Amino acid sequence: MNAVAASDVAQTSEFIAEPYQPEGPTVIDCDVKKIFYGDFLAVRDSVVPVEKHKITAFIGPSGCGKSTVLRSLNRMNDLIPVFRFEGNVIYHGQDIYASNVDPVVVRRYIGMVFQQPNPFSMSIYDNVAFGLKLNKFRGDYDEKVQTALERAALWKEVKDKLKNSGLSLSGGQQQRLCIARAIATEPDVLLMDEPCSALDPIATRQVEELMLELRERFTVGLVTHNMQQATRVGDTTAFFSVDISKSGRTGYLVEMGPTRQVFDDPKEDLTKEYVRGEFS
Amino acid sequence: MSNDVDLTAAGDETFARPNLQRQLWEGRAIKNNVLTVLTWIIAILASVPLISVIYMLVMRGGTRLFGVDFVEVMTALPPAGFEMGGGIGPAIVGTLAMVAIATVISVPFGIMAAIYLAILGPTSKLATTSRFLAKVLTGFPSILAGVFVYAVLVVNFGYSPWAGGVALSVLMLPTVVLAAEEAIKQVPQRMKDAAFGIGCTRTQVIWKVVLPTGLPGIMTGVMLAIAGAAGESAPLLFTALFSNYFLESLSPVNNPTASLSILIYNFSGMPFENQIELAWTASLVLVLIVLVFNILARFFGQSKV
Repeated sequence: MNAVAASDVAQTSEFIAEPYQPEGPTVIDCDVKKIFYGDFLAVRDSVVPVEKHKITAFIGPSGCGKSTVLRSLNRMNDLIPVFRFEGNVIYHGQDIYASNVDPVVVRRYIGMVFQQPNPFSMSIYDNVAFGLKLNKFRGDYDEKVQTALERAALWKEVKDKLKNSGLSLSGGQQQRLCIARAIATEPDVLLMDEPCSALDPIATRQVEELMLELRERFTVGLVTHNMQQATRVGDTTAFFSVDISKSGRTGYLVEMGPTRQVFDDPKEDLTKEYVRGEFS
Repeated sequence: MSNDVDLTAAGDETFARPNLQRQLWEGRAIKNNVLTVLTWIIAILASVPLISVIYMLVMRGGTRLFGVDFVEVMTALPPAGFEMGGGIGPAIVGTLAMVAIATVISVPFGIMAAIYLAILGPTSKLATTSRFLAKVLTGFPSILAGVFVYAVLVVNFGYSPWAGGVALSVLMLPTVVLAAEEAIKQVPQRMKDAAFGIGCTRTQVIWKVVLPTGLPGIMTGVMLAIAGAAGESAPLLFTALFSNYFLESLSPVNNPTASLSILIYNFSGMPFENQIELAWTASLVLVLIVLVFNILARFFGQSKV
């Protein structure tokens, strides 16, 4: 069985996934040609449309480039000096990789929640108000902070201790604080890079429920290691895999479609093996 | 089931009532006790000079400082010749003024250099060179800082609190740079990622996240540098000289300034009992000032990261 799987992988060295045709409107049309870290080709040929008010889940084995693709959607990877992107990421009709685009502005519209909870070393209130101050928001900060914390399902737990340090919270609370911080500025898209990997099952459940609510207002891109999580919250799923036939370990998109279809009736054999848990 | 029984039986046979009592005269117990006593003795010997210095300072300097003369000692001008009474007021003001000048110069430069070393170009040629030089300068003979400032400033403008402050800042700068760099590097990468992810420019990341988060560490370094500078005497010999009067202006031209360390040096060599007593008092005051900054350093270091 393993031998068969390996040969399948080998045959796919030039494989390019059939582009997924979304039914609804898209917010981001991501067309990756090549992503390099220095000389290393990390990801190739992956077309990933992100649909409006839906959760697009990115799944795949370790090193398949799903995080790299997600972090390319708001130019977070620009912080890595050797990163190089070939292709287009069209956001509301503009290529965010165009030379006249300021990545700082892109990130204010396309927010990010990270793998490790990363609140700032300041009060809970200031953590949430941080983005508002950054955007020179004039108006009722208290109301905005409360709304964001309510949407992040954290308000009840912290309303009496808003002045406490954000770092005094538990891991799950910290992650919800980070989500509150990210949504306080009402971004258009929220990218979540394995947001539950550092959380226990209860906190994971809370964050998942939160994602489903956030979908009503925002568009969500979600990288997850956990296939059950993808089936629980993902509307569409993009499955990436690693190309080991060439010298490097190059990730590429294998299949993308509605989550039900990707898990229950995958078109590609590789997807079938992965969702059945036959390799990881 | 039968296995269990067998094992217990075997155990009973092998470990029949071992002797667990302490054997005082066994070889390794003796060695252990001797070495423990030895470390105690050495630790006490090592603290003898430290404690006797403090004891002597408090005994000989404390009589004037903690007595009825307190106000006079802290505010009055130093006595001349056979005069009785007098104080060390000008020296205290001079020391504090020059340390303040040195802080105002070295802290902004030091923190900006640290930002460059820690964030902007940590591996650049400029960074590795200046980091190396900063490390060398922490062991820089302080008298050379005085000679350097003498050649650059004093020759042209005369003695002044500014010349003294600049000399002290030369000594403070490497400490501030290295401590601030370390504090900035301690700020977790994921916090910086969060700030970038929310749409901060690099300047905003540094100002709003990195510096506030690293502030306790930076302050600790600054306080230790201040404590070190306050006790320096050699660099002030060539730069501030000494004065018997209060600092009247911060004029950088021909404005010799008193300092505690030089006052101690001058008065301790005089043949008058009163002056020698004041030198002791000044030493105690200087130690207390250094102590205050050391305590402040610990206080800042303890606050949350």
